[in-house]
Amino acid sequence: MYVYQDYDQRLLDERVAQFRDQTQRYLAGELREEEFRPLRLQNGLYVQRYAPMLRIAVPYGMLSSPQLRMLAHVCREWDKGYCHVSTRQNIQFNWPAVEDVPDILAALASVQMHGIQTSGNCIRNTTTDEFAGVNPKEIEDPRPWCELIRQWSTFNPEFAYLPRKFKIAVNAVPDEDPALIGVHDIGVQIVKNTAGETGFQVWVGGGLGRTPMTGELIGEYVPWQDLLAYLEAVLRVYNKYGIRDNKYKARVKIIVKAMGAEKFRSLTEREFADLQGGPMTLTTAEVERMRACFPTPAYDAIADMPAALQEALASNKAFSRWYHTNTRSHKQSGYRAVTLSLKKTGRAPGDITDEELDTVAELSDRYSFGEIRNTHQQNMVLGDVRQDQLFEVWQALDAMGLATPNFKLLTDIVACPGGDFCSLANAKSIPIAEAIQRRFDDLDYLHDIGELDINISGCMNACGHHHIGHIGILGVDKKGREFYQVTLGGRGDKISRIGDKMGPSFDTDEVADVIEKVVNLYVEQRLDGELFIDTYERIGMQPFKERVYDSAN
Amino acid sequence: MTQLIKDGALAENDWTRVGAEDSIPASGNIIVSLAAWQEQKVSLRNHDGQVAVCLEPGEEPEQIADDLADLPMIAIHFPAFADGRGYSYARELRTRYNYKGEIRAIGDVLQDQLFYLWRCGFNAFDIRADRDATAALKGLTDFTVTYQGDARDPRPVYQRT
Ligand code: SF4
Repeated sequence: MYVYQDYDQRLLDERVAQFRDQTQRYLAGELREEEFRPLRLQNGLYVQRYAPMLRIAVPYGMLSSPQLRMLAHVCREWDKGYCHVSTRQNIQFNWPAVEDVPDILAALASVQMHGIQTSGNCIRNTTTDEFAGVNPKEIEDPRPWCELIRQWSTFNPEFAYLPRKFKIAVNAVPDEDPALIGVHDIGVQIVKNTAGETGFQVWVGGGLGRTPMTGELIGEYVPWQDLLAYLEAVLRVYNKYGIRDNKYKARVKIIVKAMGAEKFRSLTEREFADLQGGPMTLTTAEVERMRACFPTPAYDAIADMPAALQEALASNKAFSRWYHTNTRSHKQSGYRAVTLSLKKTGRAPGDITDEELDTVAELSDRYSFGEIRNTHQQNMVLGDVRQDQLFEVWQALDAMGLATPNFKLLTDIVACPGGDFCSLANAKSIPIAEAIQRRFDDLDYLHDIGELDINISGCMNACGHHHIGHIGILGVDKKGREFYQVTLGGRGDKISRIGDKMGPSFDTDEVADVIEKVVNLYVEQRLDGELFIDTYERIGMQPFKERVYDSAN
Repeated sequence: MTQLIKDGALAENDWTRVGAEDSIPASGNIIVSLAAWQEQKVSLRNHDGQVAVCLEPGEEPEQIADDLADLPMIAIHFPAFADGRGYSYARELRTRYNYKGEIRAIGDVLQDQLFYLWRCGFNAFDIRADRDATAALKGLTDFTVTYQGDARDPRPVYQRT
C-alpha cells in the first residue's frame, strides 16, 4: 500500500485541526448552515434522514488491517456497531453525532484515514478494479497511477468548488471494465503503445444519475508523463464551462453532450498545451516511487492446485461451491483472490459489524499480507490467499456468515442505503433486496441461473448503480407511495451499458414476483451456456415485457 | 475597520467599486465592470486615479488579455463562494498570462476559502462586510504543506526539497 510520508500525515493532521475549528465555529453560530455545508461535505459529513452520515475515503478500495481495526473501533465507540461498504469502495457510518465527528476524524487520521472529498462538488475518491495487482488480465498494476491521481486531486485548490461532484476511475484490464470507467466523469484506461510504453485513453462524460450515459473518448493517447496535466486540463474546462444554475445539468457529461466531444476535446487541448511539459509532468523517479509502494508481496513459491486444496474440494461440497464461486484466479501460482460476501440474506447489502471487521483484519494478517479491499459491488476481498489455506479461510468466513457462495450471482445484490437511511430516497432498497434474496433461496437453482447482477437504487441519484445492473431496480415516488421501476440489459461487467426501461413501475410487494418472472423466462429461453445478459441481448426486451405485464402469466 | 486583506495582512482599501449602472467618478482608484472597460477604455486610460477591471463568473481573462499591462489590479467577483470559476480565472491570469498585478477576490469572500484562493493566485481579499477580517486572516495558514504545484510554487511536493 501507499506509505504515508511526513507530508501526507502533516496534511491530514492539519485538516483535522481545520475541521475541528470549522465545526466549533458552526456550533457557535459563527458559520451559517449554507457556509458550513460544503466544508462538512468535503470532510464526508452528510446530514441524513435520521442522523448524520460520515463517509470515509478508502483510496481505490485498499485497506490495511490496522485501518480495519480502527473502523471497528469507530463502529463501537461512536456508531451502532456496524458500517457500510459503498459502491465507490468507501466506508459509511450511519449514526455519528456531528459534535463527535472531529474526534472520529482524529482517530482515523492516526491510521492514515479521513473523509476528505468523499462528498461535495469536488474530485472524489479515485476507484479501480478491486483485484488490482493480482488480476492476471491487467496490463499493469493501476494503483500507482491511482495514488498519483489521489495526491493531485486532494486539496487541489482550483477544483474544490466545481459545478458538481467529479469521479475518476482507472482500469488496467483490456476489453473488460471492472472499474466501470465507462460511467465515470473521467475514465482512465491504461494502454501500452507499440514501443511497450504506458499511456492512457481518457474518457470523459460518463455517469449514472438522472441522465445516464457512457463517456466519450477525449484523450486518445496520453503519454504517462502527461497524465496529471491532461486531467488538469479536463478539470479546468469543466470548472469554467460546467453548468452551475441547474444541479441536474451540472455534471460534466451534460456539457460534453451539449458541445460535442470534438469541441470538448479542442478546449481540453488548448488548456493542455499550456500545461504539457511544465512542472506537472511526471518523472520516472516519481512513478517508480509510487510503484515501489505497491510491491509484489513476499509470495511463497508454490504450485497451483496443491494436494490440500484438491482433497478439500473433493470431500466438501459446500467448500467446493464457495471455491468455484467466491475465489478467482491470481497472477501468482498457488494463490487465489477471495471475495467475502457481504450479501447473506437478511444482511443489508454491504453492511459489516465491528466484530466482523476485527476478524477480517485478523484473517488478513494471517492469510493475506494484512491487506483487504473493498469492492464496488459492496463486498470485501482478501487478495492473496495461498490455495492450501483456502479451506481454513473458508471455515473462518463461514463461521461469520461471510462465505455465502453467491459472488456475482443473483443474490449478490448491490443496493444503496435507500429509504431506511437516506434523506433523498424515494423508496427503500434494503427490504427489496431481502425479498428477492428470500425468493431465490435455493442454492442449486441460484448456481444454475449463473451470473446475474441486480442493482437497486432508492432514487435517481443511482448510488446503487441500477442503470448498469443486468436487472436494475429504481425506487420512484408514485403519489406518495413507494414504487419500483425495472430496467433490463444494463451492464457494468465487460463493458458499461445503460439498461432499458421495461415499462410501468411496480408496487413494493410485486417486485420479487417480477424478478422471478424475468428469471423464469430467461431459464426457458437460454441457449447452452448463455448468461442472463446474453439471452437478453439476443432476444431483446419484448418477450420479458410480455411475460411480466401480461396478467395471464 | 478595514475588510481588506492584502499580501497576508490587513490593509487599507482605497479602491471604489463602480457598479455597471453607476457613472464613473471624476477621480480616485476605481474598479469597473468588464463592459464599462470595454466601452470606455480610451477615456478610462485618462482617468484621474487607477483603474481596475472586475470579472464576473463567465467573463474570462482572455477578454482582457491585451489590456493586462494597463491594469494594476484585476478584481474577481464571487456572487456566491461556491461558484468556483474565479479560481480558474486567477490561475489563468498568473500562469497563462503571467499577470503580476494585484488579483483581488470580492463578494462572498470568507475565511474558509482563503487558502485555496491564495494558492490560485489571489493576493488580496475583500472579506464579506459582516465578517471580521482579522479572524479571517487565519484562513491563510490552515495548511503548511500542499501536494500540488500552484500559482505560488509550480512544483509538486515531490519536486520541492
Ligand atoms: S440512490 Fe438515492 S436513495 Fe440511494 S443512497 Fe443514493 S441518494 Fe440515497
